[in-house]
Amino acid sequence: MADNVKPRVRAPRSTAAGETHTLKTLISHPMESGQRKDSDGNTIPRSIIHRFTCEFDGETVIDVTMEPAISTNPYFEFEAKLPGAGEFVFTWYDDDGSVYTETATVEAA
Amino acid sequence: MIFSRRETLALGLGAAALGVLPFRVNAATEDAIAEFAGGADVGEGGVTLIAPEIAENGNTVPIEVDAPGATEVMVLAAGNPLPGVATFEFGPLAGSHHASTRIRLAGTQDVIAVAKMADGSVVQTSALVKVTIGGCGG
Amino acid sequence: MNIKAFLAVTGAAALVASGALAQQTGPDDDRLVVNNEIEVVTDAPAPDHMEFVRTIYSGWRFRSDETQSLQMDDFDNPAFVFVDQAIDDWNAEMGANGESCASCHEGPESMRGLRAELPRWDEDAGEVYTMEMYVNECRTERMGLDAWGWNSQDMRNMTALLASVSRGLPINVATDGPVRAAWEKGKEIYYTRFGQLELACANCHEDNYGRMIRADHLSQGQTNGFPVYRLKQANLVSKHNRFRGCIRDTRAETFSIGSPEFIALELYVASRGNGLMVEGPSVRN
Repeated sequence: MADNVKPRVRAPRSTAAGETHTLKTLISHPMESGQRKDSDGNTIPRSIIHRFTCEFDGETVIDVTMEPAISTNPYFEFEAKLPGAGEFVFTWYDDDGSVYTETATVEAA
Repeated sequence: MIFSRRETLALGLGAAALGVLPFRVNAATEDAIAEFAGGADVGEGGVTLIAPEIAENGNTVPIEVDAPGATEVMVLAAGNPLPGVATFEFGPLAGSHHASTRIRLAGTQDVIAVAKMADGSVVQTSALVKVTIGGCGG
Repeated sequence: MNIKAFLAVTGAAALVASGALAQQTGPDDDRLVVNNEIEVVTDAPAPDHMEFVRTIYSGWRFRSDETQSLQMDDFDNPAFVFVDQAIDDWNAEMGANGESCASCHEGPESMRGLRAELPRWDEDAGEVYTMEMYVNECRTERMGLDAWGWNSQDMRNMTALLASVSRGLPINVATDGPVRAAWEKGKEIYYTRFGQLELACANCHEDNYGRMIRADHLSQGQTNGFPVYRLKQANLVSKHNRFRGCIRDTRAETFSIGSPEFIALELYVASRGNGLMVEGPSVRN
């Protein structure tokens, strides 16, 4: 796994049934594109997070396929319409097989 | 009155209306769109792409896509070494068909958003982003 | 405000009437509020010691709306992934006897105010101290650890954390008293032309701020936003690294990061920002 990978998530603490919320996520990751060369002229191999998902109690909010053109420290902002209290699971999938997860519990308003 | 190219562009189109520029796409981009469309004709309207007219640094360019009723939105950067950027699939709990992220652009180019609607129709739009080369390398 | 935002406000008709507007010629007039909470003053009357500048501006005022907005919410500001790493370090019991930063200083908020006064004279050491020197003094003298490299990731992360807790406080660096000699030395460096291009700091950042250097909108070179998250590097950049980059761009041999020359220059440039507010970690292009 890449060094110092740290997810950050902004999710609501509570919700009413049917309420829509804005979510933001940021994860520290170099997103090495595979397009760069080192000082000896050798291509630095691609090493990126290639997929990000957000689920709420097992149902998908968003599922993103990511390519090397996503910037270092990938950021996403999107909206979720929640049926009520439950738990978000955010998952990032690294090329090297590592999986990073973060959860956020949402209570009933 | 003589206008510079930048002023003419700004006057003629406005920042938000850049999507009407004719597409300048390469083979890899065309292939990616065709594969995503799965044989459907690619129309226009129904998908919005917001990107800066001028990006201060191509390493981190904020973009937003919005396509009400879409199941998936694919974003491409036609002028990058590889055109793929991201594909957003919206699930049943998506509160909107809107997403923002930050992308890398290798130079001035068209960014393209292609949306697949629930009825299988496909639409696309594009925005020209000028990527500046800074004066200071430090 | 950039062309896009200008169009949105005034419409194209006004642009036709006024003719040439494409060239930016100064700071914009945007207002910086971080997290809907911290009001950051981004212009102020120049301190008395500055002879040739009437108003000082934060570098934030010279950036595009897109770059500016990244700094207006800590979640959108990518520097805060590094601040988070520094918080882990702050709490880590890494000292020889299990000390952490927190075991002496409690929360990082206890350091509020320090960033605004640095560099300053340290009576015990008998020299001008920067944030990096204070962090390393704790590590080597009190925790039994090796010093962090001045420009190491760990150090940049920690200085970003220690800046963040002082945001919204006015920069207030002393220029008199025991620091005077270093301040005068820094001023001399600021006005000395270096390198094959024969450029002094002042040639760009005092004589030509607000103008374009190729496609870059030149700022006053203020340091109140440091360390900055630079989009180009996608990482934190320290003041001395920025100084080194600028001097290298004049095609000169540069001073070293952490050298007495750069400490003196840091002090002098910081004093040119007296009256602006701590913004670090800021976001720049």
